[in-house]
Amino acid sequence: MAPTRRDFLKIAGFSAISLALPPLPSLAAAKAGMPSASDLFARSPGPLQPLKAKRWAMAVDAGKCPPGCRDCIAACHRVHNVPAFGNPKDDVHWIGAERVEDVFPAETHPRLPESIRALSIPVLCNHCENPPCVRVCPTQATFKRADGIVMMDYHRCIGCRFCMAACPYGSRSMNYRDPRPFIPKLNPDFPTRTKGVVEKCNFCEERLARGVLPACVVACREKALTFGDLEDPGSDVRRVLERGFSIRRRPELGTGPQIYYRL
Amino acid sequence: MLEKALTGSRGYGIWVALLLTLAAIGFFFYLRQLNYGLGITGMSRDVSWGLYIAQFTFLVGIAASAVMLVLPYYLHDYKAFGKITVLGEFLAVSAVIMCITFVLVDLGQPGRAINLLLYPSLRSVLFWDVIVLNGYLLINIVTGWTVLGCEKKSIPPPAWVKPLIILSIPWAISIHTVTAFIYAGLAGRSFWLTAIMAPRFLASAFASGPALLILFCLILRRFTRFDAGEQAIQTLAKIVAYALATSIFFVLVELFTAFYSQIPGHMQHLKYLFAGLEGHNAIAIWMGVSAVTAMVALILLMIPQTRQREPFLVVACIGVFLSLWIEKGLGLVVTGFVPSPLERITDYTPTGPEWAITGGIWALGLLLITMFYKIFVSVKKEA
Repeated sequence: MAPTRRDFLKIAGFSAISLALPPLPSLAAAKAGMPSASDLFARSPGPLQPLKAKRWAMAVDAGKCPPGCRDCIAACHRVHNVPAFGNPKDDVHWIGAERVEDVFPAETHPRLPESIRALSIPVLCNHCENPPCVRVCPTQATFKRADGIVMMDYHRCIGCRFCMAACPYGSRSMNYRDPRPFIPKLNPDFPTRTKGVVEKCNFCEERLARGVLPACVVACREKALTFGDLEDPGSDVRRVLERGFSIRRRPELGTGPQIYYRL
Repeated sequence: MLEKALTGSRGYGIWVALLLTLAAIGFFFYLRQLNYGLGITGMSRDVSWGLYIAQFTFLVGIAASAVMLVLPYYLHDYKAFGKITVLGEFLAVSAVIMCITFVLVDLGQPGRAINLLLYPSLRSVLFWDVIVLNGYLLINIVTGWTVLGCEKKSIPPPAWVKPLIILSIPWAISIHTVTAFIYAGLAGRSFWLTAIMAPRFLASAFASGPALLILFCLILRRFTRFDAGEQAIQTLAKIVAYALATSIFFVLVELFTAFYSQIPGHMQHLKYLFAGLEGHNAIAIWMGVSAVTAMVALILLMIPQTRQREPFLVVACIGVFLSLWIEKGLGLVVTGFVPSPLERITDYTPTGPEWAITGGIWALGLLLITMFYKIFVSVKKEA
């Protein structure tokens, strides 16, 4: 169908708005001298090729995480319009920071050195090889892509929360109320959600499509997060995994989690 | 036949008006929930299913229990149940309608419920539960209505009804099995990850449903001229006793496995359920009531002298219903979420609006039962 006059006006209007608006002042982190602030909101429409992989995975060098650091969380939530409700009941988050004994209850013990026990470990969707959330979703609103990313269709989700019951990692959040008034600073490049749908980390698929790395990886000043293709022996993530022993959360459940932790 | 539900005594009118009022209050709060979101309930990121899904789970059991009348009558020609199988089928119809309503009010985006059929996922147990529940609803509406219609005309039911009624027997088992599988198939929730979840569901269903039917039969005997007969009521009471004993036995089996093996992941949920964790013991207090009530009811039902005396039987049946409502309609669902996968202990307390909506759906279900039973009694009186 040929574009109608109405469509044309809409497109023209949006183009005018995006031309008139200054580029987003990105993140409070820019003040803190974060090097990659520009990458976080990289908008290059042209030269960068989409990043592709056979199997996306992430390595977390949790030992590098400084106490109390929330850079990855702040960047992720800023980029993805994650609301800040400020109470645990309505809470929505894509990345959390948790104590090591809560993330790895079976692998830790009370005689671990204080340096390990004091760590704050980033936890996010594990983008499982065999995701239980995808299996239980009655409408295929959550699904796994060929490159391993477990995604959500926010327009199809009916909000039954079966996926939240099925996720062994507590990686999913429900919008118990309208999130839009609680988004601290709107990023117009990423959709907001409505009340009544479930959401979670999407491995920044929208950034990968534009050729940039996930926001959390870019935001981390300690380079604790490494992202790459698990099937490519030369990838960053494989290089980090080559360095020594790494563990995953609850691998005994057969979910095949794709976040690898080095402590 | 429907018109018979529209007229009745003054007491009937007051009762119907009361139920309609409760349903209207529930509907009012549901509109508020639609506007605000599910945040109006006590559910949270950690405890993401609550009262609604628990009511659904409990009521699937009530629905399935019709089989305890149909099976003895149609497979074993147990004549004493002949008069009341239709009561069981109408109870099943009302309970399934309540189940479906509870699932609908639990949806964050109820307007998209049709996606269940537009984009079905055959690997999802919830999809299959929708299929078996609606099938069971259809079977029971058709069989119950046809049999009653024939009784009205004093003719035998048509031949095609019997195979459908026989089909309802395995179908009743299926609705509670599939509902149990919603829970029992989740690797990350050790409290629910037990192979006896479906047998447990069936045992508690065959206790709570028939207990409710006994109470309904006694109410009908007191307020109408319909008498189910002492033999039918006493047989039902024995079924309740056996099923309740089985249900308690299954819970004890779960406790043994967890506490003798001493696996922390298995013990912690049961500790929360029965004793509380780190001072969080709201559910444990309810479960204490449930356990004591179940034991008292079991004793009253096992001793023939008490079982055969109506006041004791009433107390026992109320006890069974209350005990299993606490266990299935509250404890079982919430405890699966506590502690959370990140070891957090989050209390869940249903809010006022949540109770109002829940009460409204129960009132709607009771209204349906009342109207069905009114029609039933009127037909019986004429016949």
